[in-house]
Amino acid sequence: MNTKTSVKTKPRKIIREREENLAGYVFIAPMMIGLIVLTIIPTIITLILSFTEWSFIAGINKIKFNGLENYVKLFKDQVFITSFRNNLILLLVVPLQLILSLVIAVIVDKYVYFKSLLKVMFFMPYISSIVAVAIVFQLLFHPSFGPINQTLKALGMANPPKWLADIHYALPSVMIIMIWVGIGFSMIIYLAALQAIPRDLYESAEIDGASTSKKFWKITFPLVSPTTFFLLVTGLISSFKAFDIIKVLTNGGPAYSTSVVTHYLYNTAFEGLKTGYASSIAMLLFGCVLLITVIQLYGQKKWVNY
Amino acid sequence: MKKTYNSGKIVTTALMLLLGLVFLLPFLWMISASFKPEVDVFKYPIEWIPKQWQVYQNYKEVWMGQHNFALFYWNTIKVTLLTTVVSVGVSSMAAYAFSHVHFKGRDALFVVVLMTFMVPNLSITVPQFMILKWLHLIDSHVGLVLVGSFSALGTFMLRQFFMGIHKDYLDAARMDGAGQYRLFMGVAVPLVKPALVTYGILRFIWTWNDYSNPLIFIRSPQLETIQIGIQKFASESGAFYSLIMAGTVSAIIPLLLIFIIGQKQVIEGIALGGVKG
Repeated sequence: MNTKTSVKTKPRKIIREREENLAGYVFIAPMMIGLIVLTIIPTIITLILSFTEWSFIAGINKIKFNGLENYVKLFKDQVFITSFRNNLILLLVVPLQLILSLVIAVIVDKYVYFKSLLKVMFFMPYISSIVAVAIVFQLLFHPSFGPINQTLKALGMANPPKWLADIHYALPSVMIIMIWVGIGFSMIIYLAALQAIPRDLYESAEIDGASTSKKFWKITFPLVSPTTFFLLVTGLISSFKAFDIIKVLTNGGPAYSTSVVTHYLYNTAFEGLKTGYASSIAMLLFGCVLLITVIQLYGQKKWVNY
Repeated sequence: MKKTYNSGKIVTTALMLLLGLVFLLPFLWMISASFKPEVDVFKYPIEWIPKQWQVYQNYKEVWMGQHNFALFYWNTIKVTLLTTVVSVGVSSMAAYAFSHVHFKGRDALFVVVLMTFMVPNLSITVPQFMILKWLHLIDSHVGLVLVGSFSALGTFMLRQFFMGIHKDYLDAARMDGAGQYRLFMGVAVPLVKPALVTYGILRFIWTWNDYSNPLIFIRSPQLETIQIGIQKFASESGAFYSLIMAGTVSAIIPLLLIFIIGQKQVIEGIALGGVKG
């Protein structure tokens, strides 16, 4: 009796395993094929091309391997260095945005009526098309007749900054817009984190007579630190990936003052048609994202208080 | 629960509403400018509510003029809807398998999927361009849909929701002799429907707003989407600012509609998945 069932179940189990395997592969097949053809293979091609001198309109037989030459050239390329430096400056957007959105989230979470209306208001820039937003800000920031400078002049400022047209103010202007666009996103995530904090923590702190600021620093701030860390990492990564806003708003100008790595990559690849060189820029961009991710994996345990 | 209004909270609310309004000023300015004749756009003090209205002419010029907004709209709707449908379908299938089907190499393959998420889009556009060209899909909406449809993000996000389905539901159906297809379509999908809607809305918004893919993979003017259309329109219309603003309003309106309808889903989805387009 006993042996009979085991003889009977064993092949059935194997068949079921096979069926599970097959079903699994069928279900993931479309996604995997898509990712392999459109992401994984392109990444490998980019890596290979980064060691070549080639233009993709020239035909495969014109590929010339030149070892690390592209990378060596990059570190002497003034435009690349400027773009990379601008990327590093743009990273400042992330902490500024986090501070503002945490403050707004804390207030919206506990101290106001019309919570959902306020959420929608602050979230609006995030869902709007970045192209439309960039075009609107071009007009708002217009040096002579833009409403911002007209207001500043009316308030008594004789020479308001020329914003996007001035090499010193262009990048800060871009940063202001980036903060404005991103605040809603971080705020929504912070709100979710705040709602997860047990209310009795605050109640017992109140019984002990803790002030509002003490409650913030001792309870709220540490308890949302995993969220802060998450937002910091995703924010840093997406600031390296930022392209649309630069391309539409300033096209990297004036005088490369707002050029970033992605923008230089696009210009090199599709306007300069230097595929090999562009690929080395692409790999460095990838490297930056990878570096942030690796730091995140190691840093998470160390810096986050749960 | 007794509802008491406290004055501190009322003041804070008022201040926050004011701040929110300031936050939205760029939009208000845009809408207001799109309703006025050209000469009034940069008048100071700003006429938030136009003294002279020119709504019909402005929007008619944008929609019926030489820049074919209707066509851009149609192209964008087509690409966005197709991308959303394909992406939700493909991602949910993969997400289901990665959460409830026990196949060999599942975890390793999932790590591979996650790793693709780190690759910046712009890093791989040249090889993507070459592959699409080789498939004869460059400068076509099919190519654009394909490039936008396979995202590790969707798989990852939906997997979280599929994992929330208790095994017992699926086991019960399995006892009744349901195969994997029926488990997926008959049991799992109905249970995570709200999550699929959320992801669908987010994918819709991201695709509608996508600028770099159409910029790179579309060449023919008659295939362009609204983001490219509006940028060209803006740079070619020179000083016709009220028309440009009518164009940007037109580009944003579908997003606002989708957002207002699916507001709860969008906000909850973002909060739950912590996702960024």
